[in-house]
Amino acid sequence: MASDKLQIALYWAAACGGCDVAVLDTDEFILDVAAAADIRLWPIAVDGKYADIEAMEDGELDLTIFNGAVRNSENEHLAKLLRAKSKLLVAFGSCAHLGGIPGLANLTSRDEILSTAYLHNPTIERGNKTLPLPESGVNGSTLTIPGFYKHVYKLDDIVPVDYYVPGCPPAADQVKAVLQAVVAGDLPAVGSVVGASDRALCEDCARVKSEKRIKHFYRPWQIMIDPEACLLEQGILCAGPATRSGCGARCPSSGIPCRGCYGPLPGVVDQGAKLLSAVVSVIDSTDPAEIERIVDGLPDFVGFAYRFGMPASLLQRSVRQ
Amino acid sequence: MSRKISIDPITRLEGHGKIEIFLDDDGAVEDCYFQIPELRGFERFVVGRPIEELPRLVTRICGVCPASHHMASAKAVDGCFGGEVAPLAVKLRRMYYNAHYIHSHIAHFYALAAPDFVLGPDADPAIRNVLGVVAKVGLEIGGAVIASRSKAQEIQRIIGGRSTQDIWCIPGGVAKGLKLEELLEIRPMVADLLEFTQFSLQLFRDIVLANPTYLDVIANGPYTLDVHNMGLVDGNNAPDFYDGQVRVVDFEGKELHRYEAGDYAEYVAEHVEPWTYLKFPYLKQRGWKGFKEGIDTSIYCATPLARLNVADRMATPRAQEAFEEMFATLGAHPSRLLLAQHWARLVEMVQNAETLQMYCDDPEIIGDQFRVIPQRVTGEGIGIVEAMRGTLTHHYTCDANAICTSANLIVGTTNNNAPIQMVTRKVAETLIEPGTDPDQGILNMIEMAFRAFDPCYSCATHSMPGQMPLRVRVRRGGEVTHEFRRGC
Amino acid sequence: MTFEPKIVGFLCNWCSYSGADLAGTSRIHYAPNIRVIRVMCSARIDPTFVIKALADGADGVLVCGCHPGDCHYSEGNYKTMRRMPLLKRMLADFGIEEERVRLEWVSASEGKRFADIVDDMTERLRELGPSPVKMALAGDAGER
Repeated sequence: MASDKLQIALYWAAACGGCDVAVLDTDEFILDVAAAADIRLWPIAVDGKYADIEAMEDGELDLTIFNGAVRNSENEHLAKLLRAKSKLLVAFGSCAHLGGIPGLANLTSRDEILSTAYLHNPTIERGNKTLPLPESGVNGSTLTIPGFYKHVYKLDDIVPVDYYVPGCPPAADQVKAVLQAVVAGDLPAVGSVVGASDRALCEDCARVKSEKRIKHFYRPWQIMIDPEACLLEQGILCAGPATRSGCGARCPSSGIPCRGCYGPLPGVVDQGAKLLSAVVSVIDSTDPAEIERIVDGLPDFVGFAYRFGMPASLLQRSVRQ
Repeated sequence: MSRKISIDPITRLEGHGKIEIFLDDDGAVEDCYFQIPELRGFERFVVGRPIEELPRLVTRICGVCPASHHMASAKAVDGCFGGEVAPLAVKLRRMYYNAHYIHSHIAHFYALAAPDFVLGPDADPAIRNVLGVVAKVGLEIGGAVIASRSKAQEIQRIIGGRSTQDIWCIPGGVAKGLKLEELLEIRPMVADLLEFTQFSLQLFRDIVLANPTYLDVIANGPYTLDVHNMGLVDGNNAPDFYDGQVRVVDFEGKELHRYEAGDYAEYVAEHVEPWTYLKFPYLKQRGWKGFKEGIDTSIYCATPLARLNVADRMATPRAQEAFEEMFATLGAHPSRLLLAQHWARLVEMVQNAETLQMYCDDPEIIGDQFRVIPQRVTGEGIGIVEAMRGTLTHHYTCDANAICTSANLIVGTTNNNAPIQMVTRKVAETLIEPGTDPDQGILNMIEMAFRAFDPCYSCATHSMPGQMPLRVRVRRGGEVTHEFRRGC
Repeated sequence: MTFEPKIVGFLCNWCSYSGADLAGTSRIHYAPNIRVIRVMCSARIDPTFVIKALADGADGVLVCGCHPGDCHYSEGNYKTMRRMPLLKRMLADFGIEEERVRLEWVSASEGKRFADIVDDMTERLRELGPSPVKMALAGDAGER
């Protein structure tokens, strides 16, 4: 294909569509993108099929923006295919970057998921024993669907990734900045996180911070929340101290605590471990029994600490037998 | 010797889907399967999480309609705390949800539906998408579409903090209220949006209704199903997108069921097939009877058209005018003409805009009592809303510490899994002449069947502009003899 | 072949490492299952280190510091005291039994106490068996 436009692809794996909507939320800018680039694959918006990608030369695509986690065999296949065909591969959004919310499935098991969804939930047809299968025979014909993996993976567990754009979804102005950087050839070192700052969310959060001395953690519905003061200071769990900024602090400024979607700060290998340190550091006690009582107020800490990044953590999943 | 036509993948759906069409020895359609290859397991992995976190977890089921999941989830969570919600919060939630409906319907109508009608179902695939629509209608209109979508999103952001991946609802209410200066920002945007809904209806009249070819496709094409309809209604049998009772009406207009959210499990059940990850809801009391049309079927649609089919009227005056015009043109209420979904969305947009305006004029909307502190954990809650794509149910249980112990979700598009399966087959059967190889035009017409449902397959899947690049391989005896490509 | 647990031990320089040293110079026998890493203060132990040790296959992790009130840096061991309970609970949520991670205060003169702790922990881990992380890693091999 003789074109001097950029050849780009945008693809979703185990995704919700929010990252593609984030690209569309750049509003008129998308028309500029369409003018500067041939969009060869973008399931949400324009033409392009797998066969089209398979037929390409390796490296024919200048850029692939890949969102979604790797949950099944089709996701893995497309990750490998697009890596081979792309000069640059960007992990876009929390799921591709860290595993995302689907990564919470790593705290349960494939069997539990399938049996809940297809056998045990209250509205399942009585007596149903059928489960979806990678291969099934119907009326003499064979039908196939992708294999559901035991665990969820992030993109760089499967293929090497050039850049990471964090967020769930990435903020629209960051999306624009990244696309413009690619077009201008103005990119940092390979492996960088782009479209986010290197500081913790707290630095950009407008809430007033003073001394943190917590004797009691509260669930957000248990108390009236002061709209000005730091949430953690009020005993409300907030992931801000261990989360990259760049999102505009949308959540805390609306009265809702951060849950860490922009991922860990530079140099951190396990965001949950850092969150744990941050949260316990505000406990105001030197008495072991009292400390135990205070942390009683933090149920499901694992689900909070690794809300968006279970597959990216050191343990990656539950090891319960 | 039989052959198989594979349409794989269906692109421009959220997630993935594929269609396998099996032909018999005469080349007629013998079997057709609409397969969904996706599952992430939300019903299981939200278990163990604090129940108040669920409204922020389930938004990740779908990044196109997260507000729907957020609202249904918030209502189910409220139920787990005994159901007490600040009255002002209910108004604010409704206001927020109205705004969401508007931008979601704008996106669907202009990016998905419009290409087929503005550019034509047979138009060159390369341009039959939102970019082609903008090129044809011009930047002024294109700009107005983008601006209107943006305004509705901005309204949502002003009220609830974010326009995507909603965060705002908490047990007993919402996390922030509306200030006077925020209301003053919203008010002119709402007026613009109401204008825009009228503009959209007029566009539809000019481009679709005035075109006999399109009218013929809508009225006489194979895009019909004799199945039942489901939607939420208020006490006047007008559509209520946020709350109300579920009403099920058969395709002749007779009410089959009417129930409160809490009783949903007595009326709806889900069937499983091994060849797709998506379940098939059906009317439980009739039992699963397979993919059958007819007055005795247990299959139902939950869609914008279904919502208007189960309603006797709209809740607001200009929407009512649009409703009357629509059904007068269609010739019957309820209507079985599935392509009228597109029209139904525009009618719904009017009610959403008028209701938004009503809230803007409510002096209590800028109050500060937008949440109450729950006093008890009752352990179970069921929240039903109308997602843009259909009736959405979230059913949770939690323990005494308000930690989720179970979750059952019946999602908008899931309701329509069987109807989509059936109409795809019907259209394939009608349009694929035995002994011929289907051409590109036929393939697009097959796509239009499911596209009318605006399926959301990440709830299930979601799709945007017109063209589905399709590759059809015709095999005889295992060998590929013909290959057609369209847009790829 | 009896299972021999591998314990990673983080010992603070001022109290617990000296205590362990004392066990050595006093010729007190204790289970050889512990691998000791000396840090200046138990507060240096980022939860990441504990998690990493377990993720890399340690059957148990022992963190030792000075007795409360005796920290060489005044308050370091209080930070540790605040970290460990929640860390243990979180690891239990991962499926790693709470007993695999242990926090103990050992002073410079408590050589015997250190030896007893290691013996006790080794025995307890023998009963518990190999870390479930190892089983999970083994289970990962092969098809996804």
